[in-house]
Order: sequence, then structure tokens, then C-alpha cells
Amino acid sequence: MQTALRTSLSETELASRSNFAPHARVVREERPVHTSGLPLSIRGLRKSFGDNEVLRGIDLHIPAGQFVAIVGKSGCGKSTLLRLIAGLEKIDAGSISFGQDIQPEDIRVMFQEPRLLPWARVLANVEVGLGRDRASKDAHARAEKALTEVGLADKRDQWPSLLSGGQKQRVALARALVSRPRVLAFDEPLGALDALTRISMQRLLERVWRDQGFTAILVTHDVSEAVALADRVLVIEDGRIAHDVVVNAGRPRQRGSAELAGLEGSILSHLLSADDRT
Amino acid sequence: MSLIDSISLPRSIRLPRVDGLIQWILPLAVIAIWQIACVTGFVPTRVLPAPSDVALAGWKLLLSGELVRNIWVSFWRASVGFLIGGSIGFAFGLANGLSQLSAKLTDTTLQMVRNVPHLALIPLVILWFGIDESAKLFLVALGVFFPIYLNTLHGIRTVDPQLIEMGRIYGMTDGELFRRVIFPGALPSIFVGIRFALGIMWLTLIVAETIAASSGLGYMAMQAREFMLIDVVVLSILIYALLGKLADSASRLLERATLAWHPAFQKR
Repeated sequence: MQTALRTSLSETELASRSNFAPHARVVREERPVHTSGLPLSIRGLRKSFGDNEVLRGIDLHIPAGQFVAIVGKSGCGKSTLLRLIAGLEKIDAGSISFGQDIQPEDIRVMFQEPRLLPWARVLANVEVGLGRDRASKDAHARAEKALTEVGLADKRDQWPSLLSGGQKQRVALARALVSRPRVLAFDEPLGALDALTRISMQRLLERVWRDQGFTAILVTHDVSEAVALADRVLVIEDGRIAHDVVVNAGRPRQRGSAELAGLEGSILSHLLSADDRT
Repeated sequence: MSLIDSISLPRSIRLPRVDGLIQWILPLAVIAIWQIACVTGFVPTRVLPAPSDVALAGWKLLLSGELVRNIWVSFWRASVGFLIGGSIGFAFGLANGLSQLSAKLTDTTLQMVRNVPHLALIPLVILWFGIDESAKLFLVALGVFFPIYLNTLHGIRTVDPQLIEMGRIYGMTDGELFRRVIFPGALPSIFVGIRFALGIMWLTLIVAETIAASSGLGYMAMQAREFMLIDVVVLSILIYALLGKLADSASRLLERATLAWHPAFQKR
């Protein structure tokens, strides 16, 4: 399973990376050919809110179908980066490209809050995710299929307020998946869940990602979650990518393995050493 | 689980029936004590007639057709005034909740008008409309306008912005966003407005009918006072109480039907 290949990068990419992240290990992992995901190229991305410069030049290439985790201290700009990728904020400078023209349904976001409509039953909430296909004849069938994928087919006629936190988040996942997105952005999707629910949700996320092959971008403050799920972990400090770490463990990931624990430790020490410097 | 189910099952069947009765225990007890106080002469009938006398007066008026006619007139005034004032209030609430421009344009003015007690306008309204139907409708509509306006506005402004962002991400058009996110989100607050408005509706109508009218419950009460028919006066007051309760129950029923998703309506 450990098939990560180190391939040579284009000169411009190398040049732009070495400018700001001298320690970054630049690696591109080979993904299965059948991926439905889109590749992602980010060049010189900057974003400020008022006088506060949140992102100070991000250059990043994500191959199609890769699972990337973005970690960093709060306020480092990781959520902003995700919101820019998802098109929720305007770009100040630089570019984000997906290598082709995309439809709104191709990119989906899942937030820390489930953001379900409390006045719509579970199935209707999932149908919201179909976007412009909401009115189509197979909307019900597609929504039901997505619900089955997250294991909640029996809750289709339930009100969201009667679901547990983990179930709500699974409905939100079904809503994000129902349009078969090619890029799925997760903004701390498991941050509000208890430890056990978190682990089972992580397994679910890994499974649907492997089944559907979308490109996954996960923002999290939990380093162990990042190494448990991602092919690659980006550490963001002060609006820049400070480290780019490859996780070469087999899938499905074995939680608590020495390999993952070692990686987690080294990423944590990066984060903490940045703390010491300031 | 099965043990708990078997215990709670009969209780869940019995409870609603008991609940329906519990709320009537107090009014019935009050009437009973009232009747006893009158019959024993503790309360002179010049001060307060016995409930049986009030019922008798009601029966006579019912037979003469006067009661039904007056109730109908008052009911008509209340509902038409409510519909007119409520729709205008709802429309302004929507406009000012959805459009910054509209809010800037009209909100300050509306807030100024709101602080004038609408019953203070009665002399002016009589000068404008006489003691015509339009005078009563105008006052009821004006009274009903503000609670509905304020609560619609508040409801729309407090819809969770995260849900609106979600709707936009999933490609909802403005119309869909309103229909599927903003309006359902504002509905609980709109219902609060409706229930406030129903109270104000009756209050306004009673005052207007007592001061200037030639039909209706308020008029009936004032006429009875002229002839010292204290049982009819008390009857009118009781009918107001019943109608008020009826209006409140109707709005609750509507609330239950449209807010079935709300956690507050999911018990039982």
C-alpha cells in the first residue's frame, strides 16, 4: 500500500515553495487512476481582513483524489484557506484553479456545525445538497442512497432536532456527498463531537473518501485526526505553509500505530516550537 | 427498554385526556364559588348577578337573535381589522427584514408611530370616519400592525446566518432561500406576534365599540348599562373572555401544525 512516489516538481513550483517554506518536504503521492477528484493548484494566494493579513502567499498543488489535512494554531489562517478554496470568500491576490471548468455541485463544504434545516425532515435536508438537481425526478432516490452510505437510511423521516450530534453530522455528510462532489472541504467537521463518535466518524470519512475518490481537504486542530486520515499534512503558521508532511501509512489506517504516533509527535513539536519562538 | 415501554404506554394514552380537563378546573371552580356566593347572599345581585342569571340572560338574548348578531358583528370587525393590519405589518416586516434600504426608509417612522398609543387616536378617528365600521377597522388594524410588524422583522433578522450561508453554498436562488430558510426560520417569531396581536385586537375592539358603535358586543354591554341590566353586562364580558380564548386556541393549533419540527412541539 505504501505507494507514495517522489516525483520531480516543475521548476516554478519548486522555486515558489522554497521561497517561503525551506523545511517543507515536497512530495506528490500517486493516487489510484479511477479517482473522481479534481486537482487543485493554488498560486500566490493572499487574503486580508481589514489590516489583518491572514494568508501571506500560499502556493500549493494538490493532486486529484488526495486527502490533505491542514493543521495549525487557531487564527493561523487554515479556515480562511478552506473558505477561499470553497469559494466562500473573495480572493485578494493569487489564484486557485481546478484544472478545468467546474460546476457549483463539484465542490462541497462540511462545517463544524451540521447546519441542517430544523424545519425539514432528514431526507429533505439531504436533497438540499443536490443543488440545481433538487427538482429532478430521482432526487428522492439519490438522497436515500446518500443516507444509506452514511448508515442513516432509517432516519429519513426524522426531524433533525431528534438526532444526536454524530447523526446530525452524518446527515450533513450525506448532504455534501449526494451531488457526487469532486472536491470536499471539511472545516473541523468533527470538532464538536465526543471522542468515540469522532473515531467512528473518522472511519466513515475515510471509507466514503476511498469509495468515491474525491479530493479531500480537511481543516482540523487535532493532529492525531490529521495523521489518521490524510495522505499529507500541511502545517500553517502565520499565513504560510510552514511544513508539508507526507503520511505513508497503509489504509484503512490503524489508529494508535507507532508510525502514526511518531508522525503526530513530530508535527506537534513543529507546532509547539513555533510557539516557543514567539 | 421493553419494561419501560410497557409502563409508559398506558400513561401516554391517558395523559392528553386529563390534560384537556385540567385547564378547565380553575374556571369551573371560580363559577361554582361565584354561584354559591350569590345564592347565599354573600354577594348582592346588584353588584354581581349569579352565573345562572347570566346564563338565563344569555339564553333570552340568544332566542331574540340579538346575541348572535352582535357576536357576529364583533367577530367580523375583529377578523377583518386583523387581516388588514396583520397583512400590512407582515409586508413591512418582510420588506424591512430583507432590504436594508426599505428598513432605513421606513423603520424610524414606524417606530415613532408605534409609540403613540393607538387608542389615543379615537377622537381623531371618530372625526375622520364617524362611528362607521371603518373607524373600528382602522383602529383594530392599527393596533394589530405593530406586534406583527416587529415580530416578523425580528424573526427574519434572527434567522441563523450559518443556515443562509449553507443555502447559498447549495445554490438556492433568492426565492428558494426565502421559502426554505428565511420564512420557516422566522415563523416561530411571527407566531409570537400573532398571539400578541390577537390580544390587542380584542382590547381595541372593546374600547372602540364601547365608545362609538351602534352594534357589536361592546355596544350591547353599553346599552345594558343604560338600562341597568347588569347580567347582560357580565355576559358581554364573559363572551369576550371566551372569544379571546378561542382566538388564542386557533393560533396555537396553527402553530402546532406548522411548527411540528420545533423541539417545543415534539413532546407527546
